[in-house]
Amino acid sequence: MSILVDKNTKIIVQGLTGKTGGFHTEQALAYHGTQMVGGVHPTKGGQTWTGSHGETLPIYASVAEAKDATGADASVIYVPPAGAAAAIIEAIEAGIPFITCITEGIPVLDMVKVKRRLEDSRSRLLGPNCPGILTPDECKIGIMPGSIFKKGSVGIVSRSGTLTYEAVFQTTNEGLGQTTAVGIGGDPVKGTEFIDVLELFLADPETTSIIMIGEIGGGAEEDAAQFLIDEAKKGRSKPMAGFIAGRTAPKGRTMGHAGAVVSGGKGDAESKIAAMEAAGIRMSESPARLGKTLVEVLKG
Amino acid sequence: MNIHEYQAKQVLKGFGAPVAEGVAVTSVDQVEAAARSLPGPLYVVKSQIHAGGRGKGKFKELGPDAKGGVRLAFSVEEAVAHAKEMLGNTLVTAQTGEAGKQVNRLYIEDGADIERELYCSLLVDRAHGRIAYVVSTEGGMDIEAVAHDTPEKIQTIVIDPATGVTEADVAAINAAYGLTGAAAEDGKSLFPILYKAFVETDMAMLEVNPLIVMKDGHLRVLDAKVSFDGNALFRHDDMKALRDETEEDAKEIEASKWDLAYVSLDGNIGCMVNGAGLAMATMDIIKLYGKEPANFCDVGGGAGKEKVAAAFKIITADPAVQGILVNIFGGIMKCDVIAEGVVAAVKEVGLKVPLVVRLEGTNAELGKKILKESGLDITPADDLDDAAQKIVAAVG
Repeated sequence: MSILVDKNTKIIVQGLTGKTGGFHTEQALAYHGTQMVGGVHPTKGGQTWTGSHGETLPIYASVAEAKDATGADASVIYVPPAGAAAAIIEAIEAGIPFITCITEGIPVLDMVKVKRRLEDSRSRLLGPNCPGILTPDECKIGIMPGSIFKKGSVGIVSRSGTLTYEAVFQTTNEGLGQTTAVGIGGDPVKGTEFIDVLELFLADPETTSIIMIGEIGGGAEEDAAQFLIDEAKKGRSKPMAGFIAGRTAPKGRTMGHAGAVVSGGKGDAESKIAAMEAAGIRMSESPARLGKTLVEVLKG
Repeated sequence: MNIHEYQAKQVLKGFGAPVAEGVAVTSVDQVEAAARSLPGPLYVVKSQIHAGGRGKGKFKELGPDAKGGVRLAFSVEEAVAHAKEMLGNTLVTAQTGEAGKQVNRLYIEDGADIERELYCSLLVDRAHGRIAYVVSTEGGMDIEAVAHDTPEKIQTIVIDPATGVTEADVAAINAAYGLTGAAAEDGKSLFPILYKAFVETDMAMLEVNPLIVMKDGHLRVLDAKVSFDGNALFRHDDMKALRDETEEDAKEIEASKWDLAYVSLDGNIGCMVNGAGLAMATMDIIKLYGKEPANFCDVGGGAGKEKVAAAFKIITADPAVQGILVNIFGGIMKCDVIAEGVVAAVKEVGLKVPLVVRLEGTNAELGKKILKESGLDITPADDLDDAAQKIVAAVG
């Protein structure tokens, strides 16, 4: 089992005709035949996209049209920042159940509008400013490097792209492998949060342990820790290892990710580490020891 | 992007918020005319730097008993005397660090008769994904201290973006402050104005501290601090023009030209990393092994050779840097591109400090080969732990 995406997931690409969208669509098609079924472009509907290895996909004029024609249940967005929020809203209005937005640099007030639209919809948004999601040997949405994955038992959820890769790589090297890796993204206002993913991992029988990677800024890690404490009281818990990036970051400075900033006395690493430890997560001091820390937890 | 107080007030005034009259000056000989253009007889002389805590701040060049960075003047002559002490000198506040900031600009403002001081800010509340007002009756204080000591004195009012600020929201804000009469009437116009300004200019933060009730019962924005969402500046050329580069770190300005996420820090190990999370984690692991990072630098996912070389040059140009750690986990970023960028930069500017490079992921082997064959004195590392230990040992 896996969460959110598997070999049956059918994906359309918003922003397929751009350089980034095209490159990563080729990579996805090459990854165990991920079902990329079409692209969307307002003025290129009816045309065909051709990848650098001769791959082809039909282009539709709108998300709604693409969904009707292909039966897509997922969309991935590579549209530049200025138009990305409109692209997400188009996917919501077309009733796409699972939307992943890779785009970095979307104005936060655009995301406030998107978030409001999501509340009245049945769509789930992953991101923006995220690496996407990958279920080993089945489905790759986004920009994660497929070669480091191995089918296995660890569920990985992270706010950071490259730290997700570290966790994947280390759990592969430890022989554990992954059920699904989910990058929820580094923006302050986003779709899927830690709690949503943790709920799915707790419910997934094949996910037998979890790695959670947070960073400074906001209170999502603290909220997730409280969720885990509440669920544990109901008898739902899984072995977990964790890491928080940004212990050494200065207050008030935004560290690359728009959401990675300690402001108003909130969002520092120490309070997140303490909250996660209180929820029973073994926290790794070093990002190089995520895999080993999880193995230690599993050995008891 | 941060702007000065006087600019923030101009922006808010443009939306109809009540602010005092004032004039920004950059030299002492402008002060008298500035003050005479105001109603008087009370003036406020305010240092314009991008840091808070100005009132309690101290000038490095003046004695410990000298007044701070925000001063009252009861005559035009006194305003001029204050300006002479302030302009060109270095103000050290709780937010500037020990180095302080040079005061290159003063704002001469009409004084106000203050009855009550309140706190009001707008920000994006991350838990709700909505804009929220943070209100407190404890105006003029450091809000972080209020939040720590008396959290019950702070209320948060979250606004539904579908409706904007409603009458009920305004009533809730007025009630939180205990405003009545003329002040409550002013609130009905002011609080929606602040929201409108926030939304229409894509602010990241708007802080009015204090918002005052004057002796005549009306509200006034006495101090204002605004920062804009850097990701939205592409649609606000007018706000972008308010940027004051003299307030920013030269290395950070150079980095921003290359679209590099770069933050100057106080340590001596320079870092170049791909990905914000990994870049922070790299700083953390350097600290874990007993040293301090000189910078945060995320070259991003899609950087080309030239961008990598530019980042490397910015890092090597920092005289505090005694060693450099390059840490790349290639996903989109290909390790051979990083290697080529590093080699090109080293060949151009030379290498006077130890350099440890860790490459993993896409094309890592090819990248390692390029480094090895370059003949340059580069220490390869197997993983992040190994890399951190090697650079810490090399710097000693």
